[in-house]
Amino acid sequence: MLDIEDLHVKIGEREVLHDINLHIKEGETHVLMGPNGSGKTTLLRALMGFAGLDVTSGSIVFKGRDVTRMPIHERAKLGMGLLFQRPPTIAGLKLGKLLAVTSGDRVGMVSEYTRYLHMDNFMDRAINLGFSGGEIKRSEVLQLMVQQPDFVMLDEPESGVDLENISLIGNAIARLLEKDVHIVNRKKSGLVITHTGYILDYLDADFGHVMCDGVFRCHGNPREILRVIKTSGYKECLACQKI
Amino acid sequence: MPEDIEQMADLSTTDRDRLTQTGLEVDMKNRSGSFFQVDQEIKQVAALEKGIEVLSIHEALAKYDWLNEYSWKLVKKDKDQYTRYVADQPDPRGFVIIARKGSKTVFPLQTCLFLAKTPVQHVHNIIIAEEGAELHLISGCASASYTKTGSHIGVSEFYVGKDARITSTMIHNWGDEISVFPRSAARIEENGIFLSNYVCMQPVRKIQMSPFAELAGKNSIARFSSIVVCTPGSYMDLGSIVRLSAEGATAELLTRAITTGGTIISRGMIEGATRHTKGHIECRGLILKDGTIHAIPEIKGDVVDTELSHEAAVGKIARDEIEYLMSRGLDEDVATATIIRGFLDVKIAGLPESLQNQIDAAIDSAEKSGF
Repeated sequence: MLDIEDLHVKIGEREVLHDINLHIKEGETHVLMGPNGSGKTTLLRALMGFAGLDVTSGSIVFKGRDVTRMPIHERAKLGMGLLFQRPPTIAGLKLGKLLAVTSGDRVGMVSEYTRYLHMDNFMDRAINLGFSGGEIKRSEVLQLMVQQPDFVMLDEPESGVDLENISLIGNAIARLLEKDVHIVNRKKSGLVITHTGYILDYLDADFGHVMCDGVFRCHGNPREILRVIKTSGYKECLACQKI
Repeated sequence: MPEDIEQMADLSTTDRDRLTQTGLEVDMKNRSGSFFQVDQEIKQVAALEKGIEVLSIHEALAKYDWLNEYSWKLVKKDKDQYTRYVADQPDPRGFVIIARKGSKTVFPLQTCLFLAKTPVQHVHNIIIAEEGAELHLISGCASASYTKTGSHIGVSEFYVGKDARITSTMIHNWGDEISVFPRSAARIEENGIFLSNYVCMQPVRKIQMSPFAELAGKNSIARFSSIVVCTPGSYMDLGSIVRLSAEGATAELLTRAITTGGTIISRGMIEGATRHTKGHIECRGLILKDGTIHAIPEIKGDVVDTELSHEAAVGKIARDEIEYLMSRGLDEDVATATIIRGFLDVKIAGLPESLQNQIDAAIDSAEKSGF
């Protein structure tokens, strides 16, 4: 599904991601952990193709196509989707209007997804304007459900969300990633940034990666990595010489 | 040359379309009354609902002596060269609309001022909503497709009685060599509400106006909303001034301005002259192509306990907003257009749905032509 080879990314003059290699197969969910400022969000933004990031070398291949220089919307059309940690507020643009524009032939599903995420009363609200943390994340998940990407990138889906909403959002993301489908038939893949690991209660992630200072420090079982980080912090990862 | 126009239906298809864009119903469907003036000739004066009276100003002044107490009282004859020009006319044109005490129109009343051949069209209008009355006006002002140059000077005086409400929605569709100078003022009595909406999405050479509202009665409300797109060569000097002269009075001035190369001066002034009053000015401007948006919000408080604020922002569409929508699969042009449409999407509280729809339609039409 996704093959990242030797990826180097600069912001301005400074290289922030160094020699990133990552391979995500169809149906797999990977977890990305790491301290604040380690480059996790930058990686997702580079995968999506945002401005302000300069891929200086390496490649991103998605579904067999080199998307390294592809515009954002073409990556989205090809099946990449991103749940923003802090999406922008767009004054005046109603959530319902955006869903109408993006839903295409899934227009019939919009009302079901909207009800499922308890967002019925938000259709006439400007996107993210005055939304609480949980409402922002529900709006993000709703937009992704309407978009139905094959590869879902989730940037801290549980941050700022209360326990009740975590369950709702966790289950919705599980649906997005086809966790209800047998692993043999599962087509959707995911890459999830999490600090707390709460979201893993809903996702059954397959692989975990730790990023520090723009490089991968560890690959392994996500639960095991999380346990180590919870007990010893990231210093264990920094000291680890396994990679 | 065009045929003589006796009614809206006589206009060419092109010009009927131009009027439709200003929110007018050529066949008068869902309208409570109508006034139609072409150049200096009044073609139609009709009131279709009980309690509503529509007269030409000439006829009205002859019929009602008391109207002299309303004529040229809010707008002074010697305010400027344009008011003097209108005041000096021996045979005034324009309309008087009276919504009698307690009357409530279900449908809006439409007034159409159409500039066809004459170099200067001038009107003097008086609009009165008596106690408890509710009146919704839609004024479509347009020039004929073949009219290349000309000026429109309109003096309007609005009287909103106790517990009364007037909404005035003006959608302009002029030509790129037409100059427009509306001169309006309103007086709002106790619990009265005055909503004034201005939409201009089409080229105009110059428009200059600064309507004034005096909130004279307790708990009276005035809201001015302007939604404009200024194309290259257009010059729009738009403002509104509100004086909060009675306790509980509140005013809001809202502007959404886009320039694609023209110049917009967006003025706003609220004066808190009495205690327990509130006012807010909000001006947002988008510069899509090099042009000027000059926002000049002013607030002046004369007493303690008046609460006034303003916010103004002028700039381009934020890159992160465009990329956000692109990440949902919209290409850059569609993402940009979607954000612009949202920017202009102002829902005006208290405006009948049919008039909100007219405003939305005017914006949609401009959107389709790519602004």
